[in-house]
Amino acid sequence: MSSNNESSGSRRTFLKGGAAVAAGLALAPGVRLLGVARAKPDDEAVTSAVRWGLLIDTTKCADCEVCVEACHTENGIEDQGNPATTPQWIRKLMARDKSTGHVVTLPMMCQHCEHPPCVDVCPTGASFRRADGIVLVDRHICIGCRYCMMACPYKARSFEHEKVTGQAPHAPRGKGTVEACTLCVHRVDKDQQPACVEACNASGHGAMVFGDLKDPNSAISNELTRHGGTQIRADLGLNTGVRYRGL
Amino acid sequence: MAKTRIKYLSIEGLPKGYLLLLGVLGLLALVGLLAAHHMETEGHIVTGMNNQIVWGLPHVFAVFLIVAASGALNVASISSVFKRSLYKPLARLSGIVAIALLVGGLMVLVLDLGRPDRLLVTISHVNPKSIFTWNILLYSGFIGIVAVYLWMMMERKMNPYSRPVGIAAFLWRLILTTGTGSIFGFLVARQGYDAAIYAPMFIIMSFAYGLAIFMLVLMAAYNLTGRPLGDKVVTRLTNLLAVFIASALFFVAVYHLTNLYATEHHGWEAFVLLGKNGGGVYAAVFWLVQILLGSLLPMAMIFSGVALRSRKLVALTALLVIIGGFGQMYVTIIGGQSYPLVLFPGAEVTSSFHDGVAGEYAPSLWEFLLGLGGFSLALAIIAFAVKILPFLPESLEDAVVDPHHTD
Repeated sequence: MSSNNESSGSRRTFLKGGAAVAAGLALAPGVRLLGVARAKPDDEAVTSAVRWGLLIDTTKCADCEVCVEACHTENGIEDQGNPATTPQWIRKLMARDKSTGHVVTLPMMCQHCEHPPCVDVCPTGASFRRADGIVLVDRHICIGCRYCMMACPYKARSFEHEKVTGQAPHAPRGKGTVEACTLCVHRVDKDQQPACVEACNASGHGAMVFGDLKDPNSAISNELTRHGGTQIRADLGLNTGVRYRGL
Repeated sequence: MAKTRIKYLSIEGLPKGYLLLLGVLGLLALVGLLAAHHMETEGHIVTGMNNQIVWGLPHVFAVFLIVAASGALNVASISSVFKRSLYKPLARLSGIVAIALLVGGLMVLVLDLGRPDRLLVTISHVNPKSIFTWNILLYSGFIGIVAVYLWMMMERKMNPYSRPVGIAAFLWRLILTTGTGSIFGFLVARQGYDAAIYAPMFIIMSFAYGLAIFMLVLMAAYNLTGRPLGDKVVTRLTNLLAVFIASALFFVAVYHLTNLYATEHHGWEAFVLLGKNGGGVYAAVFWLVQILLGSLLPMAMIFSGVALRSRKLVALTALLVIIGGFGQMYVTIIGGQSYPLVLFPGAEVTSSFHDGVAGEYAPSLWEFLLGLGGFSLALAIIAFAVKILPFLPESLEDAVVDPHHTD
């Protein structure tokens, strides 16, 4: 993690501690109140005090698609009948090592880079990174040039090739623009977990941990400190918000 | 030899076939617009593009035309910047061909956007780090600066300024093609791109493509108007074309040799040079169209003297270079995207999203019509401009041009 995270750690530890005490007073012991220090009104700007991230444990990732189905249900993405053009915000990927034969399966989606190439190349700034690390597309100013799709190392983005039906109100999409995983920003802003994480946990696999990478006491930070985590294409130096274990 | 003042004339009356030419070109441009309208109404689903190949045939046309546009200005630059007097009578035509090709290319590029109606957003919302943003400035600036350059050349009172403006235009065009090459050069994640050599390689390719189009336009214009075009000009331009083709080949060789030295790029090279893992189309286009038809054959024709035996052979040589240029753009743009992203080096990757396999692409008629429409618009602009304004010298006979004189 960056030095920025470390420097802000002590203050946040204090705040979190205070919040935990308050929560402990109000709730029965053992009840975990997620994100109590994160709650923010809708009219308050997002800050860089947090950086949202995901840790995916590939050793727990089963040969299932619950994360994909949950994402596409949550965000209103329908199968348009053409696998080459139907958008996929998240996909299951299988990688088999050619020399050892070792197989891993994992979900792949926008990696929410700290230095996203899609944001660099976007001429209008439609591709942007929120202060809390979530990379998004502003569908109102996307001109559909698709340069971000050329630049993304993870093939995380989809172009809307045809008229969109079944849109979810919180995930507006439109023909002729580019879209990708939003880390379920609409849920995160309400202190909820992304749909994929929730579904993975509900299915009993528990392969995905969501949380604040800048909070040293968050579950994701603890896991990363204890077991480490790998960035895909770490050689590009993008400092992804999505990390993997077991690769 | 005494220096003869060059007399430029617009085209008087209507030469035989002129209206038909303009009509056909205009019709093709209109068909291109209708194709773009269809693409916008129905969405890119009516094209062959998909989430693997996000830039298709329209980009092949657009980037070719834009690169050729900057190259077409070279003839004027050789006159103004490098003071070669033989090229001076050709400078005006060079300028208008450059502008026209750029406008044609931009038409294709803009109409292939997912939301062309939002083009003005690129002015209200600007990301200065995007190479596309630089290119918007470079392309519009190019049209402006070349227009001023033409004015300096065509208005006698302004003639003394044509050299400084010509130098500015030359530098601008070098930066412009650097920007176009860097669209690909700066793409860090893709095996076929991510190489600084794209910028100079595109510049040298632009010399060849732009000159080839310029030569065809020049010969067609003089043929159509019945004005004399001497061998000196044609021979000089043809020989220059061979030098440009050879230079472009050198850059192509260095690009591939550099990749072949680095093991991490062997997959891409096997794909594009040998057609492995689904790269068959691109390897075939690379060797047969870009290298054989577009480079080796025209070079052999020129160096052996065959090309200069007749004007038709000169035209064929230039045409081959243009076909080779389209082949090169196809391999670069489509092939570069088709090769799968490497997420896990040393692993076989599969998914429902075409990971680990070559992206498939079959261009649709609509894309082709849009591309052809842009090309036709460019040619229509040239045909119209030389008709109404004095772009073409009355004569380019050997006695009129003086290849040895520098001033």
